[in-house]
Amino acid sequence: MVLYLFKLASSTLILLLIFLIPAYGFYKKLDIYSIFIEGAKEGLLVVVRIFPYVLGMFIAINMFRESGAMDFFVKVLTPVTGIFNFPTELLPLAIIRPLSGGASLGLVADYIKNYGVDSLLSRMASAMYGSTETTFYVLTVYFGAVGIKKIRHSLLAGLFADLIGIISSVIFCRIFFG
Amino acid sequence: MINFIWFFMIAIGFVFAVLNGRIEITTQAVINSSVEAVELCMGLIGIMALWMGVMKIAERAEILNILSKFISPIMHLIFPSIPKNHPAFFPMVMNITANMFGLGNVATPFGLKAMEELQKLNKNKDKASNEMCTFLVLNTGAIQLLPVSILSLRAAYGAKDPTDILPVIIFSSIVTNIGGLVVVKLLERLTLFKT
Repeated sequence: MVLYLFKLASSTLILLLIFLIPAYGFYKKLDIYSIFIEGAKEGLLVVVRIFPYVLGMFIAINMFRESGAMDFFVKVLTPVTGIFNFPTELLPLAIIRPLSGGASLGLVADYIKNYGVDSLLSRMASAMYGSTETTFYVLTVYFGAVGIKKIRHSLLAGLFADLIGIISSVIFCRIFFG
Repeated sequence: MINFIWFFMIAIGFVFAVLNGRIEITTQAVINSSVEAVELCMGLIGIMALWMGVMKIAERAEILNILSKFISPIMHLIFPSIPKNHPAFFPMVMNITANMFGLGNVATPFGLKAMEELQKLNKNKDKASNEMCTFLVLNTGAIQLLPVSILSLRAAYGAKDPTDILPVIIFSSIVTNIGGLVVVKLLERLTLFKT
């Protein structure tokens, strides 16, 4: 019920924006249709501009994952997580989360299937997914769109934020459901 | 930096593919990357054009001027060097709001628009500005009020109450944002990251 209301609210919001913005332009006697077309054309060009960056990133991520390198890193890092009282089962998700949104959602579904939807572990996985982002994707696409090559501290800061999100998800789940 | 990371992932991938005898699978995965990239961009084109079109009207109608009165002083606090009423604020606020409601598709066009505006303020065009890095951290740690995909997944697997995870996600993403902001503001001072 709550979910349904939430969904209704968010789709109403979208429709409202698409109505109100042109309505205001119309009221200001602007040539709204041509302006829309002009913007839409720019949108198309932006996607064309980011495509090579997306491709470059996908190649690297797929190679890293499919060669088994990622599994290796998970194995190496597993004992470290034990020290910090972090559930080792969740490590693959923690590593994949910044790299691929689709793959990590798949992993969350996997935890839910294996451990039960209302288990603590599945809740932790859900919270981890919900409170972090696909940092690599966001950085590539956003910087790619404006042609930034020197990304400075953004990646490190983004990954740090993900780490904070992962740890706090585990802690808050223990507090709420533990 | 980006050269190093990209090469690192590819080189490690190559070595492991050979060691694990997964050369064929890895090759296939690399070829598939091109298909995946096309699929992603194809999916993006329509929604991008739609929102960039609507945004253009918002920009020309100067809706920004109305909105900037409501934009919380928090944004000015986080981005002190961006002049008040600058056109970068509107897409940034829209991007963060859309992310809050789990509207990733809507958020991306606004985010890219924000980057364009930030690039106009940027002195060195191939180097990320402090404002860009801060915005991206805010974006990647976005406060989630409605993580649609997670809620749908939990509902699909018959959770007793799919939404009972919401308080955890909201608290956790607030912590993530505050932590991320502190980290990004500290890192921008380091000489290591000046270039």
